[in-house]
Amino acid sequence: MQKILVCLKRVVDYNVRVRVKPDGTGVVTDGVKMSVNPFDEIALEEALRIKERGAANEVIVMSIGSAEAQQQLRTGLAMGADRAILVETDEAVEPLSAARAMLATIEREQPGMVILGKQAIDDDNSQTGQMLAALWGRPQATFASEVVLDGETATVTREVDAGLETIAVDLPAVITVDLRMNEPRYVKLPDIMKAKRKPLETVSFSDLNVENEHHLTTTHFAPPAQREKGVMVEDVGALIQALKDKGLV
Amino acid sequence: MGRILVIAEHDGASLNASTAKCMACATAIDNEGIDVAVLSADGAAICDQAAALSGVAKVLKVDHEIFASQLAATLAPQIVELAGDYSHILGPSTTFGKDLMPRVAALLGVAQISDIMEVKSAYSFQRPIYAGNAIVTVDASPERKLVATVRTASYKAVSSDGSGTIEAVEAGASFPTHTRLVEIKASSGDRPDLQTAAKVISGGRALASEENFSLIYSLADKIGAGVGASRAAVDAGYVPNDMQVGQTGKIIAPDLYVAIGISGAIQHLTGIKDAGTIVAINKDPEAPIFEVADIGLVGDLFEIVPELEKQLG
Repeated sequence: MQKILVCLKRVVDYNVRVRVKPDGTGVVTDGVKMSVNPFDEIALEEALRIKERGAANEVIVMSIGSAEAQQQLRTGLAMGADRAILVETDEAVEPLSAARAMLATIEREQPGMVILGKQAIDDDNSQTGQMLAALWGRPQATFASEVVLDGETATVTREVDAGLETIAVDLPAVITVDLRMNEPRYVKLPDIMKAKRKPLETVSFSDLNVENEHHLTTTHFAPPAQREKGVMVEDVGALIQALKDKGLV
Repeated sequence: MGRILVIAEHDGASLNASTAKCMACATAIDNEGIDVAVLSADGAAICDQAAALSGVAKVLKVDHEIFASQLAATLAPQIVELAGDYSHILGPSTTFGKDLMPRVAALLGVAQISDIMEVKSAYSFQRPIYAGNAIVTVDASPERKLVATVRTASYKAVSSDGSGTIEAVEAGASFPTHTRLVEIKASSGDRPDLQTAAKVISGGRALASEENFSLIYSLADKIGAGVGASRAAVDAGYVPNDMQVGQTGKIIAPDLYVAIGISGAIQHLTGIKDAGTIVAINKDPEAPIFEVADIGLVGDLFEIVPELEKQLG
């Protein structure tokens, strides 16, 4: 295959404990570390490995978001992607509009495969890959833990509630990846320097002839309900008594 | 106000418990009737179970051999055929529903609300973001159809004393052939299903090996519990992926949850916060799991767990 397209989302770093603003208008993001969505990083790693095995010629990373998302695309380039596309907007982007912008990019680039994370760790929606596959009229292999390519077909192992499901999909296809697919590589300093010279193209929704539609409105943010403080017991006997008191054993 | 369509989850033989939980969410939305769609190869038995769910008006029985494989690529176009005048289309927030529903939404050209945990009104819902660190209220437009998934841990299954009617519907979509099921490897044995078990015992990285997990299985069997695990234990290869509890695994709400050797990362806690009683056993008194535990016991799990099993006998 000629090209693999990987979608990267800029999100609050995995290790940050996110807090809701006291006025309920959002979460605190000022001065908070931002990173590539970890699932998307795994997606990129998989694309790079496919290219390194000789099964693809070019890996393109794309992101949709503010100009700051260039940082995450540069990280992707430093990991080994060949070039980057940013669909720049300062507005919020719902999954359906994101999928439409990706589809417009696919029509320009004609990739043999699109790989992205199974969900973004900020909004936890788990929608974009599936929506893209639907709009594209192509297969989706979600929650993937293994991809085996064989000519025009990919055999994908999926992590589902019942265990592991294997499906075969004709290419091109959309694959969304789960945590255990691979361990992404560390970026080395020379690669960061090299990434600065790789091409990064910026386009807008209107360049792509896509409207950034908003169907939903988030009206309020609240911290989660806290559980009441529990009790500590001294030994196994006391634990069993406490469970008996609650009628649980 | 409109009619609501709930998409049934099943394994080809019987209805998954997630459907009764979706019904509970659907009944909380103002409606003119709730129907359930059963897409399967031979749905007679499944439809009987669906028709018995409290609150179901009609079960749409769509039989076609292609539905022997429950693939989003073939289910979604059929659901679009059924979508008609329904105002809401709901599915469970299980891997089945998470895979399928966004494909349905995109084919309909509408947004999806994922993981509904509370219904504020017919077009306003609460859902968790950032691994449950924030709960948002999301409003949708009554002008459009709404596709949504239901966070099953937030709802109790409706009872099975209903009396819906069953209506056969001809499968009428054009089905793509680009996606094919190869096999499903189910790893769980005879233990209660993690997502519906009243009691769940989970082990973490501190178990230190696949062999040591036998301690957890043995205790679970003693009290008839399902068995789960932290992401760390799954990543380390001690147990298979379908046992993972948390943000990216299963979200569960048993009456009793026992976390053994699990430190309690926020991503794990988000999967258990609706449990009735949380018990934590950990050798580190500072472990975050104790902040959410109702009953905590500090100590060496390799001494405590066998002793617990003995004293329960």
